[in-house]
Amino acid sequence: MMISGAEIVIRCLQEEKVDCVFGYPGGSVLHIYDALFKQEQVKHILVRHEQAAVHAADAYSRSSQRVGVALVTSGPGVTNTVTGIATAYMDSVPMVVLTGQVPTAYIGQDAFQECDTVGITRPCVKHNFLVKDVKDLAITIKKAFHIAATGRPGPVVVDIPKDVTAQMCEFEYPKTIQMRSYNPVVKGHLGQIKKAVQLLAEAKRPIIYTGGGVILSDAAEKLTQLARRLNFPVTNTLMGLGGYPATDRQFVGMLGMHGTFEANMAMHYADVILAVGARFDDRVIGNPANFGEEPRKIIHIDIDPSSISKRVKVDVPIVGNVPDVLEEILKLMDAGFKADAGVADWWKQIEEWRGRDCLRYKQDKLIMPHYVVQKLYEVTGGDAFVTSDVGQHQMFAAQYYKFDQPRRWINSGGLGTMGVGLPYGMGVLFANPGAQVACITGEASIQMCIQELSTCKQYELPIKIINLNNGYLGMVRQWQEMFYSSRYSQSYVSSLPDFVKLAESYGHVGMKIERPEDVEPALRKAFTEHKNDLVFMDFIVDPTANVFPMVAAGKGLTDMILAEDL
Amino acid sequence: MRHIISILIENEAGALSRVAGLFSARGYNIESLTVAPTEDPSLSRMTIVTWGSDEVLEQITKQLNKLVDVVKVVDLSEAAHVERELMLIKVRATGKDREEMKRMADIFRGRIVDVTESTYVVELTGASSKLDSFIAALDAGLILETVRTGVCGIGRGDRILKV
Ligand SMILES: Cc1ncc(C[n+]2csc(CCOP(=O)(O)OP(=O)(O)O)c2C)c(N)n1
Repeated sequence: MMISGAEIVIRCLQEEKVDCVFGYPGGSVLHIYDALFKQEQVKHILVRHEQAAVHAADAYSRSSQRVGVALVTSGPGVTNTVTGIATAYMDSVPMVVLTGQVPTAYIGQDAFQECDTVGITRPCVKHNFLVKDVKDLAITIKKAFHIAATGRPGPVVVDIPKDVTAQMCEFEYPKTIQMRSYNPVVKGHLGQIKKAVQLLAEAKRPIIYTGGGVILSDAAEKLTQLARRLNFPVTNTLMGLGGYPATDRQFVGMLGMHGTFEANMAMHYADVILAVGARFDDRVIGNPANFGEEPRKIIHIDIDPSSISKRVKVDVPIVGNVPDVLEEILKLMDAGFKADAGVADWWKQIEEWRGRDCLRYKQDKLIMPHYVVQKLYEVTGGDAFVTSDVGQHQMFAAQYYKFDQPRRWINSGGLGTMGVGLPYGMGVLFANPGAQVACITGEASIQMCIQELSTCKQYELPIKIINLNNGYLGMVRQWQEMFYSSRYSQSYVSSLPDFVKLAESYGHVGMKIERPEDVEPALRKAFTEHKNDLVFMDFIVDPTANVFPMVAAGKGLTDMILAEDL
Repeated sequence: MRHIISILIENEAGALSRVAGLFSARGYNIESLTVAPTEDPSLSRMTIVTWGSDEVLEQITKQLNKLVDVVKVVDLSEAAHVERELMLIKVRATGKDREEMKRMADIFRGRIVDVTESTYVVELTGASSKLDSFIAALDAGLILETVRTGVCGIGRGDRILKV
């Protein structure tokens, strides 16, 4: 039977078991929206800005093991998605973005709402396609899902001209796909894995350093198993939180620019680093020239060969799918493995570092942002999905909410995109209906996608917005205080809205919390009495609070500024 | 160090811009780039001359391999290979220079492919360094125009780049 290109698009989504698509209609996708209207299997979530559609699809992926999908119109619809696509790309999130395009005959003529979608998105996608013939539509969409989810995942854009969605064609969805140019490696090289196990056995000051790759490849369980067997300290990057239970004794906290004292010291003085799905990024190790003490050996497991030896020279590279490689390591260890006795001394050293209690803070008259996150952790039993925006609040969230499970901490690490928090909360709820979702944000970040409060009303999404309102672009203010002699250039935000009234005007519940003693009761009320409401909680916090420890940009990991130094 | 990278890539619209975009986005150098379909019209062969440290070259090959359209990548300069570039050079050929130009073209095994009363177009093929030497050997004032294809190359003997 011949069906239209638009119907083919929907059928493909059905075949991929896509249950919802985040989108916004417009001229070039009207046929697709008409086909959507005629069926019920694929639900469409109408956002209020295309950027939010992509962020929501991104969080849908991050918080589940499925691929998020966004659908937007050509021209401005596409350009509005670019921030969202780049955000997903930097954090390797699998996602398919379907974009409308002007009819093929108009391409290149500066037609109404035309833009070079493939050109504009090329540098921030894993791959993209322009479909010029309806006969290629189904296979292209199949490829898009395949490419997005395999290897090192990432966003894929499929640009579909309007006439292609009108043309008729037989529909056949390929079951599998073979691409001679795209065959990601899965199994790690056994020789290298053997070398790695050998090194692990010789290590006297080992550390397991894991990143987003562990979360994305669903390797948290295997990693935990391995780490427990080794009894080595574990640190996570910002993207890796939840990859190892944060409440476990072996966990030394997040590392990096705002990592814990013990994690950064251990990483620096380690003699063997087992890096898993992490990429030695500048916010994690600072300047590579100041990183670590020689002699030191690095084992690096990653699906992406280009991540290996990119910033730091690696001694034992293992390219492969993380859980497969970890499985191999565990198997080899079964044949007999004994860690070096020196590790006990290393633990003593680590406990001494841990004794500095670097995340200590004082809760005085003004509400401290740390305190709010800590109370949130308690009230939610550590079991919420926490999305965040970008700034100090993001770091407080990462430091004080202890994630014991993967895919619970949803934030923009690579691109650092303000505005993701609220749409991320939406995506999480569509992938995990009924879950507790908190969005930890700042008064500046939240305003970057604030229009989504309307979407949240339409779909009754009971997100708890934890607005750590310090009146400043706090992270900018912190840098200006520390590195620009407190010249607060453009970091004070005046004319803030009354967030309580704002929330109420969208039909939500608003609360303003100004005293420390009100923090916990307010949170409890939000998560019990208002369980099914979106609650905008405006916490008026100490405007001068800073995030510590801090490694200044370009410095080495041991060069930390601690709260106690001030 | 100078490297000659050979790439087999799907002959799709936009394939060239993916490669060129990768080089500019990551700050890699391109000295020359040539591309044309192979005997299998669904594949293009691209040759890029670049330079950089060993670390940079390692990243270049890894990043190229990561492009979804790229089927294979080799660094030809890692082993024995043949390198060729073609140049067309238009020179002033009047008076005593006319004879001299002919002689120079012969010495370099070039061919004169266009002749007017006052100009020659010389066609010259060889490694880039040979073309450079030819240019250097001529009186700069006599060179009217040059155009070069950029390098293409192929491994010697059993080194075969094929799907
Ligand atoms: C889209 C975007 N623009 C600018 C920045 C730079 N930036 C990083 S943090 C920050 C301030 C964030 O302020 P707020 O949301 O109030 O959070 P706070 O740091 O105060 O907790 C800015 C402007 C960014 N990360 N993203």
